[in-house]
Amino acid sequence: MDVILFLIFALIAVVCAINVVVQTHPISSALSLVGVMGSLAVLYLLLGAEFIAAAQVIVYAGAIMVLFVFVIMLLNAGAETRTGRSYLIPGAPLLVLFLGLLAFFVQRIFPDTTMVRFGGFTGGGPAEIGHALFTTYLLPFEVTSILILVAIIGAIVLARKEIE
Amino acid sequence: MELLDSFIFITIVKAAVVFAVLMTTLAYLQWVERKVIAHVQVRPGPYRVGPHGLLQPVADVIKLLTKEDLLPPYVNKPLYLLAPFLAMTMALISISVIPFGPMITVGPVKTWMQLTDLNIGVLFILAASSMGVYGIALAGWSSNNKYALIGGLRSSAQMISYELPMSLAIAAPLLISNTLSLRQLVESQKGGIFNWNILHGPFPQIVSFIVFMIAAFAETNRVPFDLPEAENELVAGFHTEYSSMKFASFFMAEYSNMITVSALATLLFLGGWMAPWSVEWGASLVPTVIFAVAGATALYHGANAARKRDKRTLPVFGVVFLGIAGIFLLPVVQFWLLPLFWFAAKTGGILFLFMWVRATLPRFRYDQLMGFTWKFLFPVAMLNLLVTSFLVAWFTK
Repeated sequence: MDVILFLIFALIAVVCAINVVVQTHPISSALSLVGVMGSLAVLYLLLGAEFIAAAQVIVYAGAIMVLFVFVIMLLNAGAETRTGRSYLIPGAPLLVLFLGLLAFFVQRIFPDTTMVRFGGFTGGGPAEIGHALFTTYLLPFEVTSILILVAIIGAIVLARKEIE
Repeated sequence: MELLDSFIFITIVKAAVVFAVLMTTLAYLQWVERKVIAHVQVRPGPYRVGPHGLLQPVADVIKLLTKEDLLPPYVNKPLYLLAPFLAMTMALISISVIPFGPMITVGPVKTWMQLTDLNIGVLFILAASSMGVYGIALAGWSSNNKYALIGGLRSSAQMISYELPMSLAIAAPLLISNTLSLRQLVESQKGGIFNWNILHGPFPQIVSFIVFMIAAFAETNRVPFDLPEAENELVAGFHTEYSSMKFASFFMAEYSNMITVSALATLLFLGGWMAPWSVEWGASLVPTVIFAVAGATALYHGANAARKRDKRTLPVFGVVFLGIAGIFLLPVVQFWLLPLFWFAAKTGGILFLFMWVRATLPRFRYDQLMGFTWKFLFPVAMLNLLVTSFLVAWFTK
């Protein structure tokens, strides 16, 4: 059951990811990206990381991609025309080769026993993640917060109208 | 017994029951809303189809099903067809984690009055509602119509903006209850009205409740935040180009979202299916008294009918209400009917608030709408969350 679900959603994720690049219209590309995010969330769920799955949908699919779609709609961007040569013929085999090598080395470096099994990972609930964030990873967490704060202030300064 | 006890069978039965009840409620919510607004504005409201217009929803459904389904030639076809489907699905999916009552025993089967309990239930609802904006935004964009596009743009901007104060307002009661599972959230509020999160210390969540309700009005695109479908500026807003069942699915999505946020407010702040005071003080008699009074009132007005038709219809309603009052006294059904009554009463009260506001308030101006959430609602929700978390940390140790 888990394997079947994994295969279905992995396939959806890959097809959507290819679709992001292939589509000529920005809205279609953005929606395919939403599809990728959604199927990734399901994969997280299969691994037992509920909180990450929910955060993935809320933050990426529900907030960031909505902003993307919003901006595309606001600018009313039309379909793009294809220009120049396509590098599909040399690119596709290279990509497959690269992915194969990656899989091969991951398999070699991490032996089978340390891998997370479907549903076997139990540290993915909100309580565990909160605990980890505020004890083990407190410093990175705070540093990230300050980084985000700086980015917010920067955005406001850039967007602000000049006061005469 | 093997079949009855299997998880899949129980889940299918529960899903069927919840779906049927939800669909009926959606249809009749429309009737209730028209009646409430009509009475606020001193008119009778729907009155022609059936007694007191009670068959109006049936007529509406037949009308919507049999209307011509127009597909304009200039739309972006795949997205135009996807949008109502998306809006509807995302609106219905949240219902699956809402608990309606405690554990019940039906014959040999013990089950919860809830489809499924996730330990991220609240986040699940937030995720579903944040995906719901795509339905409206895509409907506006794919229609290839400037009014629809502006409606879609307005709704996505509005829903992103109001999601922030809403999430912050949700976070505060969660801190007090110390869980994300909706079932445990309700269990943590048991023992009377002073244990509900809206009144329960260390810091009563009244501010949070008000912020949540305001944001909920905006998230469901209801008056006074219905700018995506402001009919005097935008024809009909994002669903201008939709007809027949595709239009109806946006309509159903809006009402379904209303039910979800009302249920969520009930669960987060008002103690879910818990009675406001204990059984020793007569909490189990409240529904009986309410229905008996309603029945008696209907009988009285039937006896002194102002309209000819009421002479026949009101006594029937009176007898039905008295019968319901009697059912609530039976100990056989009390254990599941009473929690359900409290849940429905609280949710219904909040739904009534939605209708009351729609009948009363005018619409916001667009810049006011944005200024209100970013300059007022968001800081208030943030401050409330800060104070709550400090007090919770102080008192729990």
